[in-house]
This record gives sequence, structure tokens and C-alpha cells, in this order.
Amino acid sequence: MSQKISLHYDIDGKDFSIAGEASSSVKKVLKQLGVSPEIIRKVAISMYEAEINTVIHAGGGAADVEITPDRIHVMFSDRGPGIADVALAMKEGFSTAPEYAREMGFGAGMGLANIKNNVDEVKIRSALGEGTTVEITVLI
Amino acid sequence: MKLSEIRNMLGAKVLTEDAEERLCGIDIKTACGSDLMSDVLAFVKDQGLLLTGLVNPQVVRTAEMMDICAICFVRGKVPDESIITLAKELGVPLLQTPLSLFIASGRLYKGGLMCEEE
Repeated sequence: MSQKISLHYDIDGKDFSIAGEASSSVKKVLKQLGVSPEIIRKVAISMYEAEINTVIHAGGGAADVEITPDRIHVMFSDRGPGIADVALAMKEGFSTAPEYAREMGFGAGMGLANIKNNVDEVKIRSALGEGTTVEITVLI
Repeated sequence: MKLSEIRNMLGAKVLTEDAEERLCGIDIKTACGSDLMSDVLAFVKDQGLLLTGLVNPQVVRTAEMMDICAICFVRGKVPDESIITLAKELGVPLLQTPLSLFIASGRLYKGGLMCEEE
């Protein structure tokens, strides 16, 4: 891999059952590129958590992925309601997920903390009523 | 422990029509029982078997992300066709046992399958 690979995914917020397709696609691309299983696992877990959050909390959005020889960078962006208190949202166990998300096995308040545990860098910017961006970087 | 042995131990049905040869070739080293995918994503470290009573496509997606080798639905839960199709596409064998999560976990533990902490 000598050059930059850029990928764009629209994340459908209407159908929770198909959430995870962007993460699945990126995982396949990384496998094809011969990235190590340990790095792929970190990217897959953190992307999937962020993708689920984008569907549950923002009604969809987009993911822009950049793969270079030294890192994988993913930016999730949405125009959802925003996060009132990012520091609180990062705390394990804190969740504002609706009942339907809990019935699907999510919404335990572990998502953002789990992203943080799996990546080298995470940046969250959010404004109430405007939306949220979550940038994750995993070094190769 | 071979996935074929696990199937026999749990009296389970294979929903993804995997050949016997494939089931014998999948070596399961650990298992995790949970209905909460958030916990599976946060705490499961080793590749293994997921036992769950939750039946939706995100169970298969979670297994894909975590490199979980196989899923066994407990309490006779029946996934719909779209879930089975997704699992086949991703190459994740799906099993179904009439046993409860507790009994299924107990049988596997007694049979020699360890959990991650051991």
C-alpha cells in the first residue's frame, strides 16, 4: 500500500437492522490490503460502535475513511441533535439510547468508552441542534 | 473443542447448513454468553463462540466485527431468514439449541471449554 485510499459511506438511519454495513465493508478492504488482524479488529470494533451510535442517536450520517501506509482515519459526521456533555457521554454506563436500541442489545453506555479503548486517537466535536463529528485514528 | 462436538453437547441444530467437515475444522477455545452486544463488543477478547438469546442481524454483525467463530442461539430462538443469509455470506456458522443460556454454558464448561479469564 503506497498511496492514500479514500472511501465514503452514507449511513442510513432509518433501518437499524442494516447498521454496520460501512464497518463491514472497511474491514473487508483492510483484509484485502493485508493489514494485521490486530489493527483490523481495533478499526472494526471502533467503527462499528460509532456507526451504531450514528444510527441510534442521529438518525444516520456519513463515514469518510482514509487509509494510508501509517494510519487509518475515519470521520463520522451527522446532523443529529448533538451531545450535550461530551465528557459525560464518554463515561462508561452513561446512555441516552432509546428503548428499541436496548432491545437490539445496545445502549449500555459502553460505546464511546470502547472506541477510546481501541483507537490511538479520538476527537469528538458536537454542537446542540447542529450535529456531531467523531474522528478516530488507528496507527498501523 | 471442535464446533461439531459443541453441537452434539448442546443437542443443537446447524442453521447455516455448514458441511460436517467445516464444523470439525472450527476449533473453539472459549465462549461468551450474553444478550447485550455492547458488552460483547467491550469485553470479549478471544475469538470463540457466542451464546445468546438475542435474535437480530446485529448479533451476526457483532460476531463479524469481533471475529467470533460461531453463534449459538439458546432457548430455541429462531432467527429469520435474513439473519441466516447474512451469516452464510459472512461465513459465521449459526447453531440453535433448546437449552437455556445457563444450562448451555454449564454443559460447555463441564465439557472442558474455558472462559477468557482462565
